Amino acid sequence: MASLKELKGRISSVKSTQKITKAKQMVAAAKLKRAQEAAEASRPYAARLAAVIANLTAAAASGGEGGPKLLSGSGREDTHLLLVMTAERGLCGGFNANTVKRAKQEIGELRAAGKTVKIITIGKKGREQLGREYGDMFVDHVDLSDVKGNDFTEAALGLGRELARRFEDGEFDVATLVFSEFRNVLSQVPVTRQLIPAKPPEDAETIDLKGAIYEYEPSEEEILETLLPRYLNTQILSGMLESAAGEQAASMTAMDNATRNAGELIDDLSLQYNRARQAQITKELIEIISGAEAL
Amino acid sequence: MADTLSFSLVSPASEVFSGEVDHVIAPGAEGEFGVLPNHAPFMTTLKNGVVRILSTGKDDMRVFARGGFADVTPAGLTILAEEAVDLASVAPEEIDSEIERSRLELKSRGDDEPGNARLVEHISYLEDLRAAI
Repeated sequence: MASLKELKGRISSVKSTQKITKAKQMVAAAKLKRAQEAAEASRPYAARLAAVIANLTAAAASGGEGGPKLLSGSGREDTHLLLVMTAERGLCGGFNANTVKRAKQEIGELRAAGKTVKIITIGKKGREQLGREYGDMFVDHVDLSDVKGNDFTEAALGLGRELARRFEDGEFDVATLVFSEFRNVLSQVPVTRQLIPAKPPEDAETIDLKGAIYEYEPSEEEILETLLPRYLNTQILSGMLESAAGEQAASMTAMDNATRNAGELIDDLSLQYNRARQAQITKELIEIISGAEAL
Repeated sequence: MADTLSFSLVSPASEVFSGEVDHVIAPGAEGEFGVLPNHAPFMTTLKNGVVRILSTGKDDMRVFARGGFADVTPAGLTILAEEAVDLASVAPEEIDSEIERSRLELKSRGDDEPGNARLVEHISYLEDLRAAI
Protein backbone atom coordinates (compact mmCIF):
# COMPACT_ATOMS: atom_id res chain seq x y z
CA MET A 1 0.00 0.00 0.00
CA ALA A 2 1.35 3.40 -0.98
CA SER A 3 1.90 5.84 1.82
CA LEU A 4 -0.53 8.67 2.47
CA LYS A 5 1.96 11.23 1.27
CA GLU A 6 2.54 9.40 -2.01
CA LEU A 7 -1.19 9.12 -2.66
CA LYS A 8 -1.66 12.81 -1.96
CA GLY A 9 1.08 13.66 -4.42
CA ARG A 10 -0.46 11.50 -7.11
CA ILE A 11 -3.91 12.97 -6.60
CA SER A 12 -2.64 16.51 -6.98
CA SER A 13 -0.61 15.63 -10.07
CA VAL A 14 -3.61 14.00 -11.76
CA LYS A 15 -5.69 17.02 -10.81
CA SER A 16 -3.32 19.41 -12.52
CA THR A 17 -3.24 17.18 -15.60
CA GLN A 18 -7.01 17.26 -15.62
CA LYS A 19 -6.97 21.04 -15.54
CA ILE A 20 -4.74 21.10 -18.61
CA THR A 21 -6.81 18.62 -20.59
CA LYS A 22 -9.97 20.46 -19.63
CA ALA A 23 -8.51 23.76 -20.83
CA LYS A 24 -7.34 22.13 -24.07
CA GLN A 25 -10.77 20.69 -24.61
CA MET A 26 -12.38 24.09 -24.24
CA VAL A 27 -9.90 25.73 -26.58
CA ALA A 28 -10.51 22.98 -29.14
CA ALA A 29 -14.28 23.43 -28.83
CA ALA A 30 -14.01 27.15 -29.52
CA LYS A 31 -11.63 26.58 -32.45
CA LEU A 32 -13.81 23.79 -33.78
CA LYS A 33 -16.77 26.11 -34.05
CA ARG A 34 -14.83 28.57 -36.20
CA ALA A 35 -13.17 25.86 -38.26
CA GLN A 36 -16.49 24.13 -38.83
CA GLU A 37 -18.12 27.35 -39.97
CA ALA A 38 -15.27 28.02 -42.37
CA ALA A 39 -15.44 24.48 -43.75
CA GLU A 40 -19.19 24.62 -44.20
CA ALA A 41 -19.12 28.07 -45.81
CA SER A 42 -16.73 26.81 -48.46
CA ARG A 43 -18.86 23.82 -49.40
CA PRO A 44 -21.45 25.45 -51.73
CA TYR A 45 -18.71 26.99 -53.86
CA ALA A 46 -16.79 23.75 -54.10
CA ALA A 47 -19.94 21.79 -54.93
CA ARG A 48 -21.04 24.24 -57.65
CA LEU A 49 -17.60 24.36 -59.17
CA ALA A 50 -17.50 20.56 -59.20
CA ALA A 51 -20.89 20.51 -60.95
CA VAL A 52 -19.70 22.99 -63.57
CA ILE A 53 -16.51 21.03 -64.16
CA ALA A 54 -18.54 17.84 -64.46
CA ASN A 55 -20.74 19.53 -67.05
CA LEU A 56 -17.79 20.85 -68.98
CA THR A 57 -15.91 17.59 -68.96
CA ALA A 58 -18.98 15.73 -70.14
CA ALA A 59 -19.22 18.21 -73.01
CA ALA A 60 -15.49 18.04 -73.70
CA ALA A 61 -15.54 14.24 -73.70
CA SER A 62 -18.33 14.14 -76.24
CA GLY A 63 -16.31 16.53 -78.40
CA GLY A 64 -13.58 13.93 -78.51
CA GLU A 65 -10.54 16.26 -78.34
CA GLY A 66 -7.89 15.96 -75.65
CA GLY A 67 -8.59 19.12 -73.72
CA PRO A 68 -6.17 20.76 -71.28
CA LYS A 69 -3.57 18.56 -69.66
CA LEU A 70 -4.80 19.23 -66.13
CA LEU A 71 -7.95 17.41 -67.19
CA SER A 72 -6.73 14.74 -69.58
CA GLY A 73 -3.51 13.95 -67.73
CA SER A 74 -0.07 13.41 -69.13
CA GLY A 75 -1.06 10.20 -70.86
CA ARG A 76 0.90 8.09 -68.39
CA GLU A 77 0.30 6.77 -64.91
CA ASP A 78 3.82 5.91 -63.83
CA THR A 79 4.61 8.47 -61.20
CA HIS A 80 2.13 9.17 -58.45
CA LEU A 81 2.36 12.17 -56.18
CA LEU A 82 0.64 11.80 -52.84
CA LEU A 83 -0.20 14.87 -50.80
CA VAL A 84 -0.63 13.77 -47.22
CA MET A 85 -2.46 16.31 -45.12
CA THR A 86 -2.20 16.07 -41.34
CA ALA A 87 -2.24 18.42 -38.37
CA GLU A 88 0.62 20.55 -37.12
CA ARG A 89 0.02 19.43 -33.56
CA GLY A 90 -0.62 16.24 -31.70
CA LEU A 91 -2.96 15.65 -28.77
CA CYS A 92 -5.85 14.90 -31.08
CA GLY A 93 -6.36 11.19 -30.58
CA GLY A 94 -5.97 8.99 -33.61
CA PHE A 95 -6.54 11.79 -36.10
CA ASN A 96 -3.02 11.96 -37.52
CA ALA A 97 -2.35 8.25 -37.14
CA ASN A 98 -5.49 7.37 -39.11
CA THR A 99 -4.62 9.68 -41.97
CA VAL A 100 -1.06 8.36 -42.06
CA LYS A 101 -2.35 4.79 -42.01
CA ARG A 102 -4.50 5.52 -45.01
CA ALA A 103 -1.54 7.13 -46.79
CA LYS A 104 0.64 4.09 -46.05
CA GLN A 105 -2.00 1.79 -47.44
CA GLU A 106 -2.15 3.91 -50.59
CA ILE A 107 1.64 3.92 -50.90
CA GLY A 108 1.71 0.16 -50.45
CA GLU A 109 -0.87 -0.41 -53.18
CA LEU A 110 0.84 1.90 -55.63
CA ARG A 111 4.22 0.32 -55.03
CA ALA A 112 2.79 -3.16 -55.42
CA ALA A 113 1.47 -2.01 -58.80
CA GLY A 114 5.01 -0.96 -59.74
CA LYS A 115 4.44 2.80 -59.70
CA THR A 116 6.91 5.41 -58.55
CA VAL A 117 5.61 7.27 -55.53
CA LYS A 118 6.52 10.79 -54.47
CA ILE A 119 5.19 12.44 -51.35
CA ILE A 120 4.44 16.00 -50.37
CA THR A 121 3.52 16.31 -46.73
CA ILE A 122 1.26 19.05 -45.44
CA GLY A 123 1.45 19.45 -41.69
CA LYS A 124 4.28 18.44 -39.39
CA LYS A 125 2.81 15.30 -37.83
CA GLY A 126 2.45 13.39 -41.07
CA ARG A 127 6.01 14.22 -42.02
CA GLU A 128 7.30 12.86 -38.73
CA GLN A 129 5.30 9.67 -38.93
CA LEU A 130 5.95 8.93 -42.60
CA GLY A 131 9.56 10.05 -42.45
CA ARG A 132 10.73 6.91 -40.69
CA GLU A 133 9.68 4.61 -43.48
CA TYR A 134 9.30 6.74 -46.57
CA GLY A 135 11.64 9.68 -45.97
CA ASP A 136 13.40 9.13 -49.29
CA MET A 137 10.17 9.75 -51.23
CA PHE A 138 9.60 13.21 -49.83
CA VAL A 139 9.80 15.94 -52.42
CA ASP A 140 8.37 18.85 -50.49
CA HIS A 141 6.70 19.93 -47.29
CA VAL A 142 4.06 22.56 -46.62
CA ASP A 143 4.13 24.16 -43.20
CA LEU A 144 0.77 25.39 -41.98
CA SER A 145 1.87 26.46 -38.52
CA ASP A 146 2.01 30.14 -39.55
CA VAL A 147 -1.57 30.18 -40.76
CA LYS A 148 -3.69 32.32 -38.52
CA GLY A 149 -7.33 31.54 -37.94
CA ASN A 150 -8.68 29.52 -40.82
CA ASP A 151 -7.29 31.60 -43.63
CA PHE A 152 -5.73 28.88 -45.71
CA THR A 153 -6.36 30.70 -48.98
CA GLU A 154 -2.77 31.76 -49.51
CA ALA A 155 -1.33 28.38 -48.55
CA ALA A 156 -3.78 26.63 -50.89
CA LEU A 157 -3.02 28.99 -53.77
CA GLY A 158 0.70 28.52 -53.27
CA LEU A 159 0.43 24.76 -53.21
CA GLY A 160 -1.89 24.81 -56.23
CA ARG A 161 0.61 26.82 -58.26
CA GLU A 162 3.45 24.59 -57.13
CA LEU A 163 1.53 21.48 -58.18
CA ALA A 164 0.67 22.92 -61.57
CA ARG A 165 4.33 23.81 -62.11
CA ARG A 166 5.57 20.36 -61.10
CA PHE A 167 3.00 18.80 -63.39
CA GLU A 168 4.10 21.00 -66.30
CA ASP A 169 7.68 19.95 -65.64
CA GLY A 170 6.58 16.33 -65.87
CA GLU A 171 7.56 15.49 -62.30
CA PHE A 172 4.48 13.34 -61.81
CA ASP A 173 1.51 11.97 -63.72
CA VAL A 174 -1.19 11.62 -61.08
CA ALA A 175 -1.66 13.68 -57.93
CA THR A 176 -3.81 12.45 -55.09
CA LEU A 177 -4.69 14.19 -51.86
CA VAL A 178 -4.98 12.13 -48.68
CA PHE A 179 -6.77 13.92 -45.87
CA SER A 180 -9.36 13.45 -43.16
CA GLU A 181 -12.81 14.54 -44.11
CA PHE A 182 -14.86 16.18 -41.42
CA ARG A 183 -18.16 14.30 -41.19
CA ASN A 184 -19.20 15.39 -37.71
CA VAL A 185 -17.63 15.98 -34.32
CA LEU A 186 -17.27 12.27 -33.64
CA SER A 187 -16.21 11.06 -37.02
CA GLN A 188 -13.38 12.14 -39.27
CA VAL A 189 -12.78 9.77 -42.11
CA PRO A 190 -9.48 9.57 -44.01
CA VAL A 191 -10.25 9.83 -47.72
CA THR A 192 -8.33 10.21 -50.96
CA ARG A 193 -9.17 12.69 -53.68
CA GLN A 194 -7.58 12.74 -57.10
CA LEU A 195 -6.44 16.24 -58.01
CA ILE A 196 -4.60 15.80 -61.30
CA PRO A 197 -5.92 14.79 -63.78
CA ALA A 198 -9.00 16.60 -62.50
CA LYS A 199 -11.78 14.18 -61.80
CA PRO A 200 -15.14 15.69 -60.85
CA PRO A 201 -16.93 13.69 -58.17
CA GLU A 202 -19.21 11.05 -59.64
CA ASP A 203 -22.12 12.26 -57.55
CA ALA A 204 -21.86 15.83 -58.87
CA GLU A 205 -25.21 16.95 -60.15
CA THR A 206 -25.20 17.16 -63.91
CA ILE A 207 -27.90 19.20 -65.47
CA ASP A 208 -30.09 17.92 -68.24
CA LEU A 209 -29.80 20.40 -71.07
CA LYS A 210 -32.90 19.05 -72.81
CA GLY A 211 -31.03 18.76 -76.06
CA ALA A 212 -29.82 22.35 -76.10
CA ILE A 213 -26.20 23.10 -76.89
CA TYR A 214 -23.94 25.10 -74.62
CA GLU A 215 -22.53 28.33 -75.88
CA TYR A 216 -19.13 29.28 -74.60
CA GLU A 217 -17.60 32.71 -74.28
CA PRO A 218 -14.73 33.14 -75.01
CA SER A 219 -14.28 29.44 -75.84
CA GLU A 220 -14.61 26.11 -74.15
CA GLU A 221 -10.86 25.64 -73.92
CA GLU A 222 -10.25 29.06 -72.45
CA ILE A 223 -12.95 28.56 -69.85
CA LEU A 224 -11.52 25.20 -68.90
CA GLU A 225 -8.08 26.72 -68.73
CA THR A 226 -9.18 29.35 -66.21
CA LEU A 227 -11.44 27.03 -64.28
CA LEU A 228 -9.20 24.01 -63.86
CA PRO A 229 -6.47 25.71 -61.80
CA ARG A 230 -9.22 27.25 -59.73
CA TYR A 231 -10.81 23.87 -59.23
CA LEU A 232 -7.45 22.50 -58.13
CA ASN A 233 -7.02 25.35 -55.62
CA THR A 234 -10.54 24.95 -54.33
CA GLN A 235 -10.03 21.25 -53.74
CA ILE A 236 -6.82 21.84 -51.85
CA LEU A 237 -8.41 24.64 -49.85
CA SER A 238 -11.48 22.61 -48.97
CA GLY A 239 -9.19 19.74 -47.95
CA MET A 240 -7.29 22.07 -45.65
CA LEU A 241 -10.47 23.44 -44.11
CA GLU A 242 -11.94 19.98 -43.60
CA SER A 243 -8.73 18.77 -42.10
CA ALA A 244 -8.52 21.76 -39.75
CA ALA A 245 -12.08 21.22 -38.54
CA GLY A 246 -11.41 17.50 -38.15
CA GLU A 247 -8.28 18.13 -36.12
CA GLN A 248 -10.11 20.35 -33.66
CA ALA A 249 -12.99 17.90 -33.39
CA ALA A 250 -10.61 15.00 -32.77
CA SER A 251 -8.68 17.07 -30.28
CA MET A 252 -11.84 18.00 -28.45
CA THR A 253 -12.98 14.39 -28.22
CA ALA A 254 -9.56 13.17 -27.15
CA MET A 255 -9.25 15.84 -24.47
CA ASP A 256 -12.78 15.15 -23.25
CA ASN A 257 -11.87 11.48 -22.80
CA ALA A 258 -8.64 12.41 -21.07
CA THR A 259 -10.49 14.71 -18.68
CA ARG A 260 -12.96 11.98 -17.87
CA ASN A 261 -10.21 9.42 -17.33
CA ALA A 262 -8.43 11.81 -15.01
CA GLY A 263 -11.67 12.25 -13.07
CA GLU A 264 -12.02 8.49 -12.65
CA LEU A 265 -8.42 8.20 -11.61
CA ILE A 266 -8.89 10.94 -9.02
CA ASP A 267 -11.96 9.15 -7.61
CA ASP A 268 -10.03 5.87 -7.33
CA LEU A 269 -7.05 7.52 -5.71
CA SER A 270 -9.23 9.50 -3.29
CA LEU A 271 -10.92 6.29 -2.21
CA GLN A 272 -7.55 4.64 -1.65
CA TYR A 273 -6.34 7.70 0.20
CA ASN A 274 -9.37 7.79 2.51
CA ARG A 275 -9.11 4.07 3.21
CA ALA A 276 -5.44 4.37 4.06
CA ARG A 277 -6.14 7.32 6.33
CA GLN A 278 -8.94 5.44 8.07
CA ALA A 279 -6.70 2.40 8.52
CA GLN A 280 -4.05 4.52 10.10
CA ILE A 281 -6.48 6.15 12.54
CA THR A 282 -7.83 2.75 13.50
CA LYS A 283 -4.32 1.47 14.01
CA GLU A 284 -3.45 4.39 16.27
CA LEU A 285 -6.62 3.90 18.31
CA ILE A 286 -5.86 0.21 18.78
CA GLU A 287 -2.39 1.09 19.93
CA ILE A 288 -3.73 3.58 22.50
CA ILE A 289 -6.43 1.23 23.76
CA SER A 290 -4.17 -1.81 24.04
CA GLY A 291 -1.60 0.37 25.78
CA ALA A 292 -4.24 1.48 28.32
CA GLU A 293 -5.43 -2.11 28.86
CA ALA A 294 -1.92 -3.30 29.58
CA LEU A 295 -1.69 -0.98 32.56
CA MET B 1 -42.65 27.30 -67.82
CA ALA B 2 -40.93 29.02 -65.01
CA ASP B 3 -41.28 32.75 -65.20
CA THR B 4 -38.56 33.44 -62.67
CA LEU B 5 -34.91 32.63 -62.82
CA SER B 6 -33.27 30.73 -60.01
CA PHE B 7 -30.01 32.46 -59.37
CA SER B 8 -27.17 31.84 -56.99
CA LEU B 9 -23.95 33.69 -56.48
CA VAL B 10 -21.33 31.89 -54.45
CA SER B 11 -17.80 32.69 -53.41
CA PRO B 12 -15.44 30.39 -51.49
CA ALA B 13 -16.15 32.40 -48.34
CA SER B 14 -19.93 32.36 -48.48
CA GLU B 15 -23.10 32.07 -50.51
CA VAL B 16 -23.79 35.71 -51.32
CA PHE B 17 -27.16 35.29 -52.93
CA SER B 18 -29.54 32.48 -53.63
CA GLY B 19 -33.14 32.74 -54.74
CA GLU B 20 -35.67 33.44 -57.48
CA VAL B 21 -35.19 36.62 -59.50
CA ASP B 22 -36.47 38.16 -62.73
CA HIS B 23 -33.36 39.35 -64.41
CA VAL B 24 -29.62 39.32 -63.84
CA ILE B 25 -27.13 41.53 -65.65
CA ALA B 26 -23.50 40.46 -65.48
CA PRO B 27 -20.23 41.78 -66.96
CA GLY B 28 -19.12 39.00 -69.31
CA ALA B 29 -15.57 38.75 -70.59
CA GLU B 30 -16.82 39.68 -74.06
CA GLY B 31 -19.39 42.24 -73.00
CA GLU B 32 -22.19 42.76 -70.57
CA PHE B 33 -25.08 40.36 -70.84
CA GLY B 34 -28.48 39.91 -69.28
CA VAL B 35 -30.07 36.63 -68.31
CA LEU B 36 -33.83 36.21 -68.27
CA PRO B 37 -35.78 33.07 -67.38
CA ASN B 38 -35.45 30.25 -69.96
CA HIS B 39 -32.16 31.48 -71.30
CA ALA B 40 -30.26 29.09 -73.56
CA PRO B 41 -27.34 27.20 -71.94
CA PHE B 42 -24.38 29.49 -71.85
CA MET B 43 -21.07 29.65 -70.08
CA THR B 44 -18.67 32.54 -69.78
CA THR B 45 -15.96 34.06 -67.66
CA LEU B 46 -16.65 37.45 -66.10
CA LYS B 47 -14.68 40.64 -65.87
CA ASN B 48 -14.31 42.21 -62.46
CA GLY B 49 -17.40 44.28 -62.04
CA VAL B 50 -20.91 44.66 -60.82
CA VAL B 51 -23.56 41.97 -61.13
CA ARG B 52 -27.03 43.48 -61.00
CA ILE B 53 -29.91 41.43 -59.71
CA LEU B 54 -33.37 42.68 -60.64
CA SER B 55 -36.61 41.42 -59.25
CA THR B 56 -40.00 43.06 -59.24
CA GLY B 57 -41.18 44.52 -55.99
CA LYS B 58 -37.65 44.67 -54.62
CA ASP B 59 -34.80 47.11 -54.90
CA ASP B 60 -32.07 46.13 -57.33
CA MET B 61 -29.21 44.35 -55.66
CA ARG B 62 -25.71 45.15 -56.82
CA VAL B 63 -22.91 42.74 -56.08
CA PHE B 64 -19.29 43.34 -56.92
CA ALA B 65 -17.61 40.17 -58.15
CA ARG B 66 -13.95 39.45 -58.84
CA GLY B 67 -12.67 36.47 -60.79
CA GLY B 68 -16.16 35.44 -61.73
CA PHE B 69 -17.61 32.77 -63.91
CA ALA B 70 -21.22 32.35 -65.02
CA ASP B 71 -23.05 29.18 -65.94
CA VAL B 72 -26.54 29.34 -67.43
CA THR B 73 -28.46 26.07 -67.58
CA PRO B 74 -32.15 25.25 -67.88
CA ALA B 75 -32.06 24.99 -64.08
CA GLY B 76 -30.96 28.59 -63.65
CA LEU B 77 -27.94 30.82 -63.42
CA THR B 78 -24.94 30.22 -61.19
CA ILE B 79 -22.16 32.73 -60.75
CA LEU B 80 -18.99 31.55 -59.07
CA ALA B 81 -16.72 34.36 -57.95
CA GLU B 82 -13.41 34.31 -56.14
CA GLU B 83 -14.56 37.30 -54.15
CA ALA B 84 -18.00 38.88 -54.01
CA VAL B 85 -19.53 41.61 -51.89
CA ASP B 86 -22.97 43.13 -51.78
CA LEU B 87 -22.41 46.81 -52.53
CA ALA B 88 -25.20 47.79 -50.14
CA SER B 89 -23.22 46.30 -47.26
CA VAL B 90 -19.98 48.23 -47.75
CA ALA B 91 -19.20 51.79 -46.82
CA PRO B 92 -16.94 53.80 -49.15
CA GLU B 93 -14.97 55.20 -46.19
CA GLU B 94 -14.13 51.70 -44.97
CA ILE B 95 -12.79 50.75 -48.38
CA ASP B 96 -10.74 53.93 -48.56
CA SER B 97 -9.13 53.21 -45.23
CA GLU B 98 -8.57 49.57 -46.20
CA ILE B 99 -6.84 50.66 -49.41
CA GLU B 100 -4.70 53.07 -47.40
CA ARG B 101 -3.80 50.36 -44.89
CA SER B 102 -2.93 47.80 -47.56
CA ARG B 103 -0.72 50.30 -49.38
CA LEU B 104 1.15 51.11 -46.20
CA GLU B 105 1.64 47.43 -45.52
CA LEU B 106 2.97 46.87 -49.03
CA LYS B 107 5.43 49.74 -48.57
CA SER B 108 6.65 48.38 -45.25
CA ARG B 109 7.39 45.00 -46.80
CA GLY B 110 10.59 43.87 -48.46
CA ASP B 111 10.78 43.65 -52.23
CA ASP B 112 10.35 39.94 -52.72
CA GLU B 113 8.47 38.81 -49.70
CA PRO B 114 5.93 36.08 -50.41
CA GLY B 115 2.40 37.40 -50.47
CA ASN B 116 3.31 40.69 -52.15
CA ALA B 117 1.59 39.70 -55.36
CA ARG B 118 -1.50 38.84 -53.43
CA LEU B 119 -1.46 42.19 -51.68
CA VAL B 120 -1.12 44.06 -54.96
CA GLU B 121 -4.03 42.05 -56.32
CA HIS B 122 -6.02 42.84 -53.21
CA ILE B 123 -5.40 46.57 -53.62
CA SER B 124 -6.46 46.57 -57.25
CA TYR B 125 -9.57 44.64 -56.24
CA LEU B 126 -10.36 47.25 -53.59
CA GLU B 127 -9.82 50.07 -56.07
CA ASP B 128 -12.19 48.46 -58.55
CA LEU B 129 -14.67 47.97 -55.78
CA ARG B 130 -14.36 51.59 -54.70
CA ALA B 131 -14.91 52.73 -58.27
CA ALA B 132 -18.03 50.58 -58.55
CA ILE B 133 -19.82 52.27 -55.67
